[in-house]
Amino acid sequence: MASTFHITVNGKRHAVSAAPDTPLLYVLQNELELRGPRFGCGLAQCGSCSVLIDGVERRSCVTSVSAVEGKRVTTLEGLPTWYAEKHKLAKPPALHPVQQAMLDEQAAQCGYCYNGMIVKASELLAQNPAPSDEQIRAAMNGHLCRCGTYPRIIAAIKRAARAIQESKA
Amino acid sequence: MSAAPTPSLGRREFLVAGGAVVVGFSLAARTDLARGAVPARGAKAGPPDPKQIDTWLAINADNTATLYIGFVELGQGTTTALPQIAAEELDLTLDQIKTVQTDTNVTPSQGGTYSSSSIARGGPQVRTAAAEVRQALLKLASEHLGVPAEQLGVSAGIVTAARMSRNVTYGELVGGKLFEIPFTGSAPLKSPADYKIVGIRAPRKDMPDKVAGRYAYVQHQRLPGMLHGRVVRPRGQRAYGVGAKVVAIDEKSIASIAGARVLRKGDFVAVVSASEWDAVRAARDLKVTWDDSPSLPAFDELYAHMRAGETQDTVVLDKGSAADAFDKAAHRSSFSGRCPYQAHATFAPNCALADVRSDSALVMCSSQDVYGVRRTLAALLGLGEDKVRVQYCDGSGTYGHSCYDDVALAAALMSELAGAPVRVQFMRADEHGWDPFGPAHVGEARAAADANGKIVAYEYQGWHHHWSLVETSQQLALGSAPGEWPNLVSQQVSPQNCGAQYAIANRRLVDHRLSTAKYFRAGWLRSPLDLSMAFVSEQAIDDLAFRVGTDPYEFRRRNMTDERWLGVLDAAAKAAGWQLRVGRVAPSGEIAAGRGIGLGTHLASWGGAVAEVEVNTRTGGVAVKHLYGAIDAGLVVNPAIVEAQITGQLVQTASRMLFEEVTFDEKGVTSLDWASYPVIRFEDCPSVTPVVVQRLNEPYSGAGEEVMAAAAAAIANAFFDATGKRMHEFPFTPRRVLAALAGA
Repeated sequence: MASTFHITVNGKRHAVSAAPDTPLLYVLQNELELRGPRFGCGLAQCGSCSVLIDGVERRSCVTSVSAVEGKRVTTLEGLPTWYAEKHKLAKPPALHPVQQAMLDEQAAQCGYCYNGMIVKASELLAQNPAPSDEQIRAAMNGHLCRCGTYPRIIAAIKRAARAIQESKA
Repeated sequence: MSAAPTPSLGRREFLVAGGAVVVGFSLAARTDLARGAVPARGAKAGPPDPKQIDTWLAINADNTATLYIGFVELGQGTTTALPQIAAEELDLTLDQIKTVQTDTNVTPSQGGTYSSSSIARGGPQVRTAAAEVRQALLKLASEHLGVPAEQLGVSAGIVTAARMSRNVTYGELVGGKLFEIPFTGSAPLKSPADYKIVGIRAPRKDMPDKVAGRYAYVQHQRLPGMLHGRVVRPRGQRAYGVGAKVVAIDEKSIASIAGARVLRKGDFVAVVSASEWDAVRAARDLKVTWDDSPSLPAFDELYAHMRAGETQDTVVLDKGSAADAFDKAAHRSSFSGRCPYQAHATFAPNCALADVRSDSALVMCSSQDVYGVRRTLAALLGLGEDKVRVQYCDGSGTYGHSCYDDVALAAALMSELAGAPVRVQFMRADEHGWDPFGPAHVGEARAAADANGKIVAYEYQGWHHHWSLVETSQQLALGSAPGEWPNLVSQQVSPQNCGAQYAIANRRLVDHRLSTAKYFRAGWLRSPLDLSMAFVSEQAIDDLAFRVGTDPYEFRRRNMTDERWLGVLDAAAKAAGWQLRVGRVAPSGEIAAGRGIGLGTHLASWGGAVAEVEVNTRTGGVAVKHLYGAIDAGLVVNPAIVEAQITGQLVQTASRMLFEEVTFDEKGVTSLDWASYPVIRFEDCPSVTPVVVQRLNEPYSGAGEEVMAAAAAAIANAFFDATGKRMHEFPFTPRRVLAALAGA
């Protein structure tokens, strides 16, 4: 039976009506009409649906909507604001530095997996501002890119790390 | 490219929105404009007449141009590269070229987006159309400015007369109106030496929306009043000829999901609900008993089954006398290889939306061939083709014929049965389990060289089956017979890949075609059969080099005369810093390192690759450390996009050689997700070096799949260089590697 849940997504509070076991993904995609988190496997194997929950990357395809009440959900769309808050910027940039770096590297092929790639890389750089190649590979290993753009994603993450460091200098 | 479908983006709207500037010129468009008779694009069924220039290009009032192309964006950059060609010939900037979504009511029929042919086939069409539009525009400008056309110059769509201050823009000349002139293909073309936009590394037009999360994939499309649907099928396909047979359906099993409905037509079973989660749960919980009779060979007996199967045999090529030359030669090599079924395994399961009415249908899907699937949909629904409209929206990368047509048919059937618009997305197991796989292959190659190391004989025999013609949804709903695609080069032993790289006097190629119905449904998977044939053929060549006692790069060079093949071989070897040597380097400890080289292509273009691998002789683990890949695709319109394509091809090839294999038992497919069908991940990804061999004065050819065969061969040959053993089967799983290392 449907219940009402109050969830906070990208800083905004929403009341949504859903069965308690409804995966957060379907609420984000169909009720809030967000294009960032998207279905890939429904099994937490690929990272297509990743969001940040209280700053930690989670798979929204296996996270029920009832489990995120009282928590802060950040999607791809909310990353620039999330970044601005973390770095105490006056206003959010147009793109999170990871998004900008993906664009600068022209990293994507089809781009479908880039929701998860960008969300995960943003979490990584928040925890480790200067990751090595090995650390990047280990952190990102749960995210699949079927087009094989991994080398470009690694280059983009390193570029974003440099950009964040330089912005603080 | 505008991501949301724009079904009525017609000239009428440009006129209303843009306020056309009417100037004195003599084309028929003016009269039509006066009558208000400019038809809205998309109002009637296509394809629009390819012999009319208006079908290809429109000049808008805001001094931009809209390019109508029938090739779809798959992430391969078509909607950037084709506009580069148009901008070049039109003397517009790249930003001034717009494209629209591929749509059977709007865009021309250029055939499907396959065989990496968007630039090879579409490029010349766009180029000549753009040149002809420019010629017509200059004629108008000449009349408008009262200056001979030869004295006019154009920059960014502004036409200026030499030594005059007056100018006029394309938009002012024709903005929003039709040319109504035939497309003759006769306008003079720019010389490549003068190119300013073709050949540059322009950024992809679709990239900003993709990284920002604004891009609307087909999975994001919605129709008013739509239901969410899911198909209900056995977990994993059976033999193609068997399809799937319902024994019983227990609808009470989903009685607790109030909003869900079961739909059925023949053996096509589905559920719909207003709530997507309810549809997902209903499809998961609905209890259907399927006929579970064994229909397939046992997994471990597949290749023996194929090799012993009844076949239709074709001699694809027979030059000289290969058997005689082989028998007499000083050095001989025979090599056999076994290559698995592999899945497209699209990252996002395919998705489609359909609104089927009694007299019309609208279908939104990711088909690589919108006109082709329109024909199939019309037959399925009993409607005329002109009553069916198909709009293309990108899904995730597909790399060939995945389930995009199957899901489009499923959506149409469900909309027809439900009497409402329906959005269908496959679940992961549907996509992995019911994919038209790249067919398995058994190859046997023989090659021989004379005492001087010259290759004198080459033979290749291949066993495989053709692609399936009937989509699963249709087969289940209508009980359609399991048809096969007719003979096409991509389903046969390839003259391009099997020995054509070398100058060989005696060459024989034989194709052995098995019945698809006894195996799996199949389709074109990026570089169809090429990885398999190169795996076998190029190992035979490599083995021959070893027997002759020559470095494998040097051996190939000595046997090649074609400068295009030599160009990619040299480019890959140079990038890799290849050092000539004979014999392998002794392994240090349990890690054996090696390098290998290979040549191959798909249908056109030329690919060369070098691989560096490390083999753990204790665990059987193989690491591809670095891949170098060179493509010669003639004139490359956008080298940055081709480099990206090469990168993807090299990584995907490593994935296919090390990890990918469809598994099954006698009842059906068992590799149904990313755990049971692993693909390469970050930690196993090689470094890559893409090399574009630019040929400004050669015709465009494909660049989306032409280095995979070479890379597959290079990896296999590197394994030999590292270990002194040859792999006869891929993927290179630890079990197979340890068996090969233990072998004689």
